Amino acid sequence: MPLTDQLRDDILASVPNLRAFAISLSGNGDRADDLVQETLLRAIANIDSFQPGSNMPAWLFTILRNLFRSDYRKRRREVEDSEGNYAKTLKTQPSQGAHLEFEEFRAALDKLPQDQREALILVGASGFSYEDAAAICGCAVGTIKSRVNRARSKLSALLYVDGAEDFGPDDTVRAVIGGNG
Amino acid sequence: MKEVKSQANPLGVPKKQGALNAEIQARIGHQLRAMYDDVVRQGVPDRFADMIRKLDQPEVQGGDDSKNDGRD
Repeated sequence: MPLTDQLRDDILASVPNLRAFAISLSGNGDRADDLVQETLLRAIANIDSFQPGSNMPAWLFTILRNLFRSDYRKRRREVEDSEGNYAKTLKTQPSQGAHLEFEEFRAALDKLPQDQREALILVGASGFSYEDAAAICGCAVGTIKSRVNRARSKLSALLYVDGAEDFGPDDTVRAVIGGNG
Repeated sequence: MKEVKSQANPLGVPKKQGALNAEIQARIGHQLRAMYDDVVRQGVPDRFADMIRKLDQPEVQGGDDSKNDGRD
């Protein structure tokens, strides 16, 4: 089908979410916007293959995700500059304490395997159903569920289990958390 | 051994651990959405709005990579 005004509006309406997805995936604002631009160009060039009435955000996310993965393979050996660059994309600079917490979170997110990271973002932040996330990633719904669960427990281990005293647990709880520790 | 264990954990440790885990998961969910929503709130940068407005014809800049329609 041709690129109608309606389709153009639908594509534009997805841009904020596409950017958030791209930045969450790549951790790099400049690279994320390049990814979004490439996604939009591809989408418009291939608008004929969009099924009218189907899920436009999911279609666009699929394109962006595939671009990111092929791009990622190409850049694998390059040194990444994800830290700092991300902070520049933030509208409001967090306070120092919050900033530190944010950097820790970002660093932990970057440590997840890519499959788990994208599943967690799609379900936990973009708000896609497990079914839509599975379609975007080209895998089974059960696979997405298990990736999201593994992502959550890994983040929890990276961020909180070692530093469980942040929660001020009593000795009993600390002993349980720390195993034999 | 069993009795000693239950005496050592009068408050019921598994329950407490579950609550702690739920709190951690809530925090992770909150941090993830905070990171994401901060970008969403920036809206559509002019760069993209202008680009889409100018692209009336599907074939103008998309190249010939018609195989990539976003399906894996």
